[in-house]
Amino acid sequence: MLDKNGIAKRIAKEVKNGYYVNLGIGIPTLVANFVRDDIEVEFQSENGVLGMGPFPYEGEEDADIINAGKQTITTMPGASFFDSATSFSMIRGKHVHLTILGAMEVSENGDIANWKIPGKMVKGMGGAMGLVASADNIIVAMMHTNKRGESKLLKRCSLPLTGVGCVTKVVTNLAVLEIKNNQFYLLERAPGVSVEVIQNATEGTLIIEGEIPEMNL
Amino acid sequence: MINKKVNNVREALLGVTNNMTFMLGGFGLCGIPENAISELVRLEIKNLTCISNNAGIDNFGLGLLLQNKQINKMISSYVGENDEFERQMLSGELEVELTPQGTLAEKCRAAQAGFPAFYTPAGYGTEVAKGKETREFDGKMHVLEPAFKADFAFVKAWKGDVAGNLIFKGTARNFNPLMCGAATITVVEVEELVPLGVLDPNQIHTPGIFVQRIFQGEKFEKRIEQRTVRKRS
Repeated sequence: MLDKNGIAKRIAKEVKNGYYVNLGIGIPTLVANFVRDDIEVEFQSENGVLGMGPFPYEGEEDADIINAGKQTITTMPGASFFDSATSFSMIRGKHVHLTILGAMEVSENGDIANWKIPGKMVKGMGGAMGLVASADNIIVAMMHTNKRGESKLLKRCSLPLTGVGCVTKVVTNLAVLEIKNNQFYLLERAPGVSVEVIQNATEGTLIIEGEIPEMNL
Repeated sequence: MINKKVNNVREALLGVTNNMTFMLGGFGLCGIPENAISELVRLEIKNLTCISNNAGIDNFGLGLLLQNKQINKMISSYVGENDEFERQMLSGELEVELTPQGTLAEKCRAAQAGFPAFYTPAGYGTEVAKGKETREFDGKMHVLEPAFKADFAFVKAWKGDVAGNLIFKGTARNFNPLMCGAATITVVEVEELVPLGVLDPNQIHTPGIFVQRIFQGEKFEKRIEQRTVRKRS
């Protein structure tokens, strides 16, 4: 079974040379730490920066340079700043190659719910609805089950949707799954996790074809 | 040159009254019009509708107007990190219209650019699209979103000149350039108001035509919401 860093490490392998990548808040942010340093990748933050770097050294924080999580950041050589409409032009126009975000639920037809729990304080969708409605390549990073042990990979999402039919891949603490033909295809198992464990933790239709390899981290 | 300079925040906000709709730039506390917000607090005008990506925090930014109960309705994409906001929203005192971030930006830009509405894929199939016209383009469904209408836009820029030309800094740009010219009157506060001819015309982010009033802000606190740093190795 993987921890959050393990999930991030596995997703980092999906980041290819020449990709512009948008990372959501939470586990997706950790992905930047594991991307191979022999490939050229730029991270976009939807509040208006391309070419995001690491957090600043203490004392070098700049209130005018933050990421979408409102954290102080730095920029890499070749970075650029832009307004919010230009930012979503990059996203809506499919110039960003890969979007990685967290979710509360994902369904077998690729719907995602990650912004609202009825009866609880609604904080808003931020940039998530724009991101999931536009990107062709959307990877969800999340735990396979919720705190009550219930599956987060469902036939149909029970929570209000963020987007419909958009998620292409899910990486959890247990497995890597691809979504196609309205089904979850099991691609890889987390180290030490059996197919049965994954099957029992998946409420949606799970397709298991042949031997399922263990992740190579 | 058409001179847009006003002497101070009081002159800049002449004409604001109860029941108006305002646009306010900023993402979180980054690039917010701090001086205009302070003046709105002082003026105690009420029943306001505010279009802003976020609603500030409890004791800063739009949070100050919320504490004063000056805002009736917020149009935002994300409103966390604000206890007073949550209290007013749950008690029904405050109406909230949540709008996806990219759609919020484009509704400003459409107002600026003279488009009455536009189609976007964002929000299709979700509760954001409820009651809205939808249409298929190239096999994909889109939602019709109208441009915003507002009485004043309050914008914060880094540098500006008396002609209203603006340059923004870092991610403090965000919604600010999109709100210029998107309301009846655009009021800009800058950290540095420079004499004519100092700014290179090649480097202007927003041309002065979109600005009605510009002034140098008296004070910019520029609070950091999430101070994240790394240790020197």
